[in-house]
Amino acid sequence: MSEPTAMQDLLKAEGPAAVPGLGRPDRARSLWRDTWDILRHRKIFWVSLVMLVAFLLMAAFPTLFTHKNPEYATLAKSMEGPSADAWFGYDLQGRDVFARTIYGARTSIIVGVLATLLTVLLGGVAGVLAAYYSRWLDSVLSRVGEMFLGVPYVLGAIIILGTVAPAQSSPDKVTIMAVVIVVLAVLGWPILMRIARSAVIQAKHQDYVQAARALGAGPGRIIFRHILPNSLAPILVYSTITIGSYIGAEATLSLLGIGLRAPVISWGIAIADHTSYIRTGAHALFFPAAFLSLCVLTFVMLGEAVRDALDPKLR
Amino acid sequence: MTAPAESILEVRDLVKHFPLTQGIVFKRQIGAIKAVDGVSFDLHRGETLGLVGESGCGKSTLAKLLMALERPTSGSVRVNGRDITQAKGGELKRMRRNIQMVMQDPYTSLNPRMTVGDIVGEPFEIHSDVVPKGGRRRKVQELLEVVGLNPDHINRYPHQFSGGQRQRIGIARGLALQPEIIICDEPVSALDVSIQAQVMNLLERLQNEFNLAYIFIAHDLSVVRHISDRVAVMYLGKIVELGRDREIYERPTHPYTQALLSAVPVPNPEGREQRQRIILQGDPPSPANPPSGCHFRTRCWKAQDICAQQEPLLEIRQGSDHPSACHFAEAKDVVNAP
Amino acid sequence: MTEVLSEHVGSGSAGGALLEVEDLHVEFRTRAGVAKAVNGVTYSVDAGRTLAVLGESGSGKSVTAQTIMGILDMPPGRITGGEIRFRGVDLLKLPEDQRRKIRGEGISMVFQDALSALNPVFPVGWQIAEMFRMHRGTSRSDARKKAVELMDRVRIPAAKERVNDFPHQFSGGMRQRIMIAMAIALDPEVLIADEPTTALDVTVQAQIMGLLAELQRDSNMGLILITHDLGVVADVADEIAVMYGGRIVEKAPVHDLYRNPAHPYSKGLLESIPRVDLKGQELYAIKGMPPNLLEMPTGCAFHPRCPYRRDNCVTDVPPLYTISGTRGSACHYWREVIDDGSR
Repeated sequence: MSEPTAMQDLLKAEGPAAVPGLGRPDRARSLWRDTWDILRHRKIFWVSLVMLVAFLLMAAFPTLFTHKNPEYATLAKSMEGPSADAWFGYDLQGRDVFARTIYGARTSIIVGVLATLLTVLLGGVAGVLAAYYSRWLDSVLSRVGEMFLGVPYVLGAIIILGTVAPAQSSPDKVTIMAVVIVVLAVLGWPILMRIARSAVIQAKHQDYVQAARALGAGPGRIIFRHILPNSLAPILVYSTITIGSYIGAEATLSLLGIGLRAPVISWGIAIADHTSYIRTGAHALFFPAAFLSLCVLTFVMLGEAVRDALDPKLR
Repeated sequence: MTAPAESILEVRDLVKHFPLTQGIVFKRQIGAIKAVDGVSFDLHRGETLGLVGESGCGKSTLAKLLMALERPTSGSVRVNGRDITQAKGGELKRMRRNIQMVMQDPYTSLNPRMTVGDIVGEPFEIHSDVVPKGGRRRKVQELLEVVGLNPDHINRYPHQFSGGQRQRIGIARGLALQPEIIICDEPVSALDVSIQAQVMNLLERLQNEFNLAYIFIAHDLSVVRHISDRVAVMYLGKIVELGRDREIYERPTHPYTQALLSAVPVPNPEGREQRQRIILQGDPPSPANPPSGCHFRTRCWKAQDICAQQEPLLEIRQGSDHPSACHFAEAKDVVNAP
Repeated sequence: MTEVLSEHVGSGSAGGALLEVEDLHVEFRTRAGVAKAVNGVTYSVDAGRTLAVLGESGSGKSVTAQTIMGILDMPPGRITGGEIRFRGVDLLKLPEDQRRKIRGEGISMVFQDALSALNPVFPVGWQIAEMFRMHRGTSRSDARKKAVELMDRVRIPAAKERVNDFPHQFSGGMRQRIMIAMAIALDPEVLIADEPTTALDVTVQAQIMGLLAELQRDSNMGLILITHDLGVVADVADEIAVMYGGRIVEKAPVHDLYRNPAHPYSKGLLESIPRVDLKGQELYAIKGMPPNLLEMPTGCAFHPRCPYRRDNCVTDVPPLYTISGTRGSACHYWREVIDDGSR
């Protein structure tokens, strides 16, 4: 240091207390931390979080909520309404609707989460590759994605599921769930690819990426250290919302009789089984449908809350 | 300070044309933006070469070419005799140690998800043989201290710092590999006036301490004059005048340089009523379709037929002591003369 | 203009300046706390005069202008005190419909970023014509004619052919000319130019500043020029108000300020300009950095960076001491600063 006094002056003047916008000066604050600080003050976040925890508990430990066996049927009680004994009443085959609704959470959430993970994996990798290597790879991947997007969701699902697992067949639990998950992801990845692609393209042109290249960083380091951490936000937000919509999509497919089917317990199946009884026994339809809506709403709300917190414009 | 004769950077006939294409899958070239169109100069050890010009003149593209962030269409950039535009892989990576950059915008040039320690330490991770793993943290703290930041702030994130401090972080990153050349692309233009002088002083101190050579790109002519030993003036992808700072500022010979200098508002109201201004008409032409001959002729008050037919070369002409790309080069002090 | 205000003031100006800002206070409520952006700003501009408001980012110079125009976002902004008098009438007390009339006809504004200030989906001629149709109810074809005239007046080449072009088809300098055309369309008496040339190149900057000066001369407008560029100020200003931390720290006729600044901040700014005769030497640099609006220093906001600091600077907010005539400095030790002279 050629001029220690000037430097000390500077250090003093630019010391931690002088840093703008900083309440507690001596704590390292990452952007994720700031996001959390914003989330913390959002009612919508806490509401959706409480609901999420409730649904996750249902999925993981259904016995916490009910001691009844969801498979146990007493035909004599078929379509009996809600009572102190069975809060949500009995379904067509005389099974406890409350128990079946609680157990249904597990399937719905597993399908929603796994299908979303697979979508993120497919779409994310495709998006990152398309954006980073651009040129012909980008053209090819984008066109392939558009082809998939061109197929209407339900039509695509009917065609694939109708071929792999036709309505008459009765595949085992794991197989049918796996098939449904793959179908959802295969039809859904292009949207995620687009989101990932635009996020990566945006991050790729940032000055810090140029700076890293100027230092001699290779593609791996640039993608994983610089681009991905800065493009995760929109992917995260979209994924959260996607979980909700996949849960809804799973129910739709079940309703059409080509998605999940007995012996799997799910909200969609429950709804499908009782649509024709809406006049005589609405309870058997209403409760699974209500849980389904709430669960979808939970994920959508959570996604929105996270988006608000991550949106730099509100900062 | 007299510049030693040893050149550490030699740029020869550097050209970068960005193709303009049409079509979605099968792309067809319909033209080119001539961002850099035949630029040659030398940079000596420990010297500062200022590069001035208006937006779109190609100075930022030139910086990227020198940093090998873009491949030139033709021409060469020799760093210590080796051509960086031809280098690949390990060789390019080794050459990058010698030439680093400081960017304009301190808010976008630092990765917001990395701590200051990670940012300044990244050069050592990429070039892992420079500093052994155990010594890196210590080395990063030393660098922070050198640029006037508190070494205890190593775990903070960029958004916890002000613009001036962020620029210091960027400078520390550029210094890490002990380069001989640093390209400063508008390093102070995004900063508040009272902070600019601090960063300028830091850059000058570092230059003396580490014998750095700077290419200092800026549009603020007084800042460039303060720090530069020599100045190059760019217009539409070409250097139109090149000389020692006094030669450019006191005896400019190219009409564009004269117009540029006379357009700069002087921070002194005395005698402002009498001040003569050369006010250029219109805007610079598009680099996709530059005028024939001399690129400046469409805005030049001296233009003759020869200017449209023959491109003036950057050379020393009669009546001037430094190279100028004008057929009618003539020294004129536009700043001090009435 | 006069017919708009005649109901409030008998006849024209009530003796004071054309536009007066008095003791204006503006704050922003943010998640992190209350940011005091403007803390008692007082300035005025007369017809045909140019007031330059000089300051760095966060000094409150633009917020003051937005408050004058009535385009401050509220919330988060809040005006907590003061008056803005135009021809003697306090604009802050006027109902919104009357303020809207004054905007454009009485006071108008040119912004830094012409691209985002113009609507990208309408032709520029249409946008200029809209000013006449909105404020004057001019017919479509007349308004269009006037738009072409204005584009000519701000020297847009081939105005007639370009009247239907869209903003993105113009260069930065031309867009700024269009902004100016819109701002002067209704012959305002005061024009506020907020960093009008910051985004432009020097040769274009010279064109635009020349145009502004000429328009001002022709129509005897009062001009408030907001900038951070000491060069531009020296070129065009009659009076200067230097702002720091939401306050005016020095107010002076232009020659006085450059000859002999009376506040350590203005002095520091002038001294940090690179000078030919001091090449190779270290630049004078004001140490430290601009204040955080959320945690303003006590006393004089400049005290943490000030070489003249004494104990009372930390505790007592300096008022704007009158030095002579219209000259003032908000420094307890302005005499010392003046005596030291400029370098």
